[in-house]
Amino acid sequence: MKKGTALLASLALAALVAGNALAAEPIKIGVPGAHSGDLASYGLPSLNAAKIVAAEYNAKGGIMGRQIEIVAMDDQCKPELASNVATKLLSDKVVAVMGHICSGATKASLPIYNEAKIVSVSPSATTPGLTKSGENPYFFRTIANDDDQATLTANFALNSLKVKRVAYIHDNGEYGKGFVENNRLQLEKAGVKTVFSEAINPDAVDFSAVVRKLRREKPDAVFFGGYQPTASKLVQQMKRDRVKDIAVIGPDGLKDEAFIKMAGADAEGVYTSYPSDTSNLPAYTKAVEAHVKTFGTQPGSFFPNAFAATQALLNAIDKAQSTDSAKIAAALRKEVVETPVGSISFGAKGDAAGVGLSIYQIRNGKYVETDYKMTLK
Amino acid sequence: MQRILKSALVALWFMVLTFPLLAIKINPVSKTVSWHFDRVAMLAVGIFVLALGWDWCFSRKNRGLPVFSLPQNITARMSAIANNMALRRASLFFIVGALVAMPLTSSLYQTNIMISALLYVMLALGLNIVVGLAGQLVLGYAAFYAVGAYTYGILFQHFGLGFWACLPLGGVFAVLFGLGLGFPVLRLRGDYLAIVTLGFGEIVRLSLQNWSDLTGGPAGIANIPRPGLFGVDLSLEGSTTYIYYLVLAAVFLTVLVIGRLRNSRVGLALKALREDEIACEAMGINLMRIKLSAFALGSCWAGFAGVIFAAKTTFINPSSFTFMDSCMILSMVVLGGMGSISGVAIAAMILILAPEYLRAFSEYRMLIFGLIMVLMMIFRPQGLVSGEKLTYRISALLAKGKGGAA
Amino acid sequence: MDFQYFLELFFGGLTRGSIYALIALGYTLVYGIIELINFAHGEVYMIGAFTALIVAGLLGFTGFPAAGILVVAALAAVIWCAAYGYTLEKVAYKPLRGAPRLSPLISAIGMSIFLQNYVLLSQTSDFVPFPRLLPEFDFLEYIGYIMGPSDFLILVTSTCTMVALTCFIRYTKMGKAMRATAQNRKMAMLLGIDADRIISLTFIVGSALAAIGGVLIASHMGQVNFNIGFLAGMKAFTAAVLGGIGSLPGAMLGGMVLGLCESFTTGYISGNYEDVLAFGILIVILIFRPDGILGKAKVQKV
Repeated sequence: MKKGTALLASLALAALVAGNALAAEPIKIGVPGAHSGDLASYGLPSLNAAKIVAAEYNAKGGIMGRQIEIVAMDDQCKPELASNVATKLLSDKVVAVMGHICSGATKASLPIYNEAKIVSVSPSATTPGLTKSGENPYFFRTIANDDDQATLTANFALNSLKVKRVAYIHDNGEYGKGFVENNRLQLEKAGVKTVFSEAINPDAVDFSAVVRKLRREKPDAVFFGGYQPTASKLVQQMKRDRVKDIAVIGPDGLKDEAFIKMAGADAEGVYTSYPSDTSNLPAYTKAVEAHVKTFGTQPGSFFPNAFAATQALLNAIDKAQSTDSAKIAAALRKEVVETPVGSISFGAKGDAAGVGLSIYQIRNGKYVETDYKMTLK
Repeated sequence: MQRILKSALVALWFMVLTFPLLAIKINPVSKTVSWHFDRVAMLAVGIFVLALGWDWCFSRKNRGLPVFSLPQNITARMSAIANNMALRRASLFFIVGALVAMPLTSSLYQTNIMISALLYVMLALGLNIVVGLAGQLVLGYAAFYAVGAYTYGILFQHFGLGFWACLPLGGVFAVLFGLGLGFPVLRLRGDYLAIVTLGFGEIVRLSLQNWSDLTGGPAGIANIPRPGLFGVDLSLEGSTTYIYYLVLAAVFLTVLVIGRLRNSRVGLALKALREDEIACEAMGINLMRIKLSAFALGSCWAGFAGVIFAAKTTFINPSSFTFMDSCMILSMVVLGGMGSISGVAIAAMILILAPEYLRAFSEYRMLIFGLIMVLMMIFRPQGLVSGEKLTYRISALLAKGKGGAA
Repeated sequence: MDFQYFLELFFGGLTRGSIYALIALGYTLVYGIIELINFAHGEVYMIGAFTALIVAGLLGFTGFPAAGILVVAALAAVIWCAAYGYTLEKVAYKPLRGAPRLSPLISAIGMSIFLQNYVLLSQTSDFVPFPRLLPEFDFLEYIGYIMGPSDFLILVTSTCTMVALTCFIRYTKMGKAMRATAQNRKMAMLLGIDADRIISLTFIVGSALAAIGGVLIASHMGQVNFNIGFLAGMKAFTAAVLGGIGSLPGAMLGGMVLGLCESFTTGYISGNYEDVLAFGILIVILIFRPDGILGKAKVQKV
């Protein structure tokens, strides 16, 4: 079904390009991400976003009289495939890249883009190292990195929940462990005692030992690092073992409707961090409307971020009036763009300023945005 | 007629068997059911045909005939071609020439996936020493690959060592791990050995994941430099081509070494070990030494391949070295034919390149790997190209000796 | 308080251990008779969980009572898994009888990969929630929840199953035939036992046990995924080896010991190396006492 609509959309795009019948070579934008496999639901919405933004520009006559062409590439979020995909994009002579989706894939492909001096804007790679080191002058992202996320959750636990003793549980993945470790560093600095910090295997037949440990130690809060399937198993086991009065705090991997559906009432009260609700922004409603109109469905994960990334990228090419990477990067750093995630610009290291992050809590089976939020600088 | 009836019954049985999993797809979250009767019907037709073929294959197998065999005259012509040294040499030159010319004529992407394929050829050939020649089933081969990759990653990160220093070190460390595993498992045979090596492979991976200070944990190690060429800074294309030739050279070296090894004293002892451990010991072969050398030789290539892999992707994390990767390498050896160099090399190429070019097929990759392993074991345990057995033809010698008398 | 904690961990370990034991029995039964490590056994367990999920899901729409759904789903899982076990043996192992020892093992690994991907492709790669069907047992409140309702159910069910299996093996004619075949297949055949049928029976019984384990764990964890068979299978195999592969009481004991070890390590030390511990035990046992706790040493036949 999804493939069908994507095909239709690309056909429409192709017809549009043909209709304008421009002699000039199109500006190619590479969109690599997970388009098949088990993480496809993270990658396909971004591709849709890129197509919509490109179609909007093309309808206006493109940039510098040249049409925008989206080159989609499937990396399945695997590092090995990602580096192959990156070289394929270079062979296809793309001007810039909107992607990759996953942190691992981004890490593997960045050296290749750096080498070729190609600008890439990721809508969803959150690993701090990508921008922290300053080694990637052509890399940008429209999502808060995990450090910022941890800063928000740690401060929230400290100031709002007033925690004294905290436990940390993670799934031993890069994302989960990174989130937990970042929180631990910040909280330990503030004098919060660590009760224990442990990994659980998402495939294990039973979490009872770690949950009973939790019940015995009675920390004020437990930070969970990982994705929602593991989290929902954990909260269910906690409920079954009558673990009470321990706040559960998780990263944005837990802000997924499937979490509430899987864990049901046991998910009640869980805190997660997530980009601030921007659905009242006009740019946001416009983007969603465009998606519904083109693809007939509501957009999926990271759609607003990918929309913003493509907008920022094309805007920069337009403002720079050039396909030269250095000029595009300079324009990205200078220009402020109105996007579905807020009005953003990029700092020297590539992180987006202007993106908001909030703490959400599950109340009565719904994610409710709390007042605790921050805006990235 | 009876055969058809039997096949129909088998098809019916499979329809019932696979019905819940194939036909019904339930989504408990949205509380919807989707029915896929077409899949079951397709499967039934497939099974019906297969069952007919299966019977036929078995009747051939039971009569002692090979299941896949070409008509007599073609086989004869093929072996004539194979025995024609000039032609053999020409085709070898052609293959080598094509491989050498490849990066000059094709795109960066093609070269890149060719590097992956060649790396797997190397790995499969390495595993072939242990599994194919010595008959020791190792299920944790990816662990040695990981040791090589992490040797480079860690030594670069903590001590700033370069590629060329790490390449031999990766081999050395992998051999050390191979011996470390090989020594305690000397007494074990067959399936127990397989399980211990599986456990070993998992322990290595889990340790890489947990020991964050040294290995970066699940985040892995990024920004590993590509190999340098006498201090010259290479462009992306340049260094990819460079790595390609490096891997190619490594593969040639592997082929050369294993080719020489196969009919050497050690190689023959390894084969004896594969055929019968007790008889092998009775023949006065030092089991301990020969088993350890099999482990050392096998793990050494994985170490080299690991270092090159790290240099190629510039980013490594534990998820590249799972049990499934070990299985993939094993299925290359099984498909290619245990002990055969050309067979294993061809199988590795097919299994890596096919999913890359046939994207639609890539989803079914692991499914087909599994199926291949089962079917090969049943119908053609010797693999695509059976490892040539060393034969001495006394009759031929005699005929020569008798000269014109015959 | 601390004794209570000990008890909690103890029962948690027993729960986990009894699941390992249920699966381990399948390994040990098969190994006892044809000396094959049935690598695909963990996949049968996973298929059991999935079948139960599908049947329970279908019944759930009809508004059946929860306990009834659980029983019907478990029955369906047992029947289908038995059929899978039977077919597995006929397709992948029977043609290889008499082949070199490595051949059936490689075939088994292939089958394991195949089944995993068969479920992945025909169903989904996501974790699927398993409906909540377990009753809440109020009396657990009085003993301070040293175990949860599902732990209780798992312990009771698996104990009953294991007792039933022991009776089956000990006292019925088929059970006796199985034991005879395990001891000496040729001799058993001379005495008029159809060895092929006994081998099929072994696979059927082993798979049915795995199915029970699958249903119990699915309702305990509340989620099912195509990948759950690998780790559970490995752990169960470790348990079988620990107890002495080929020995039924050994498999039960091994499962319990492994479960307790894991639970206490996580509870008192750290959970980080829980899996490393299991694989470590496996290696150490295989190297130093390959016959396990209850197994008897075998003389190698030439």
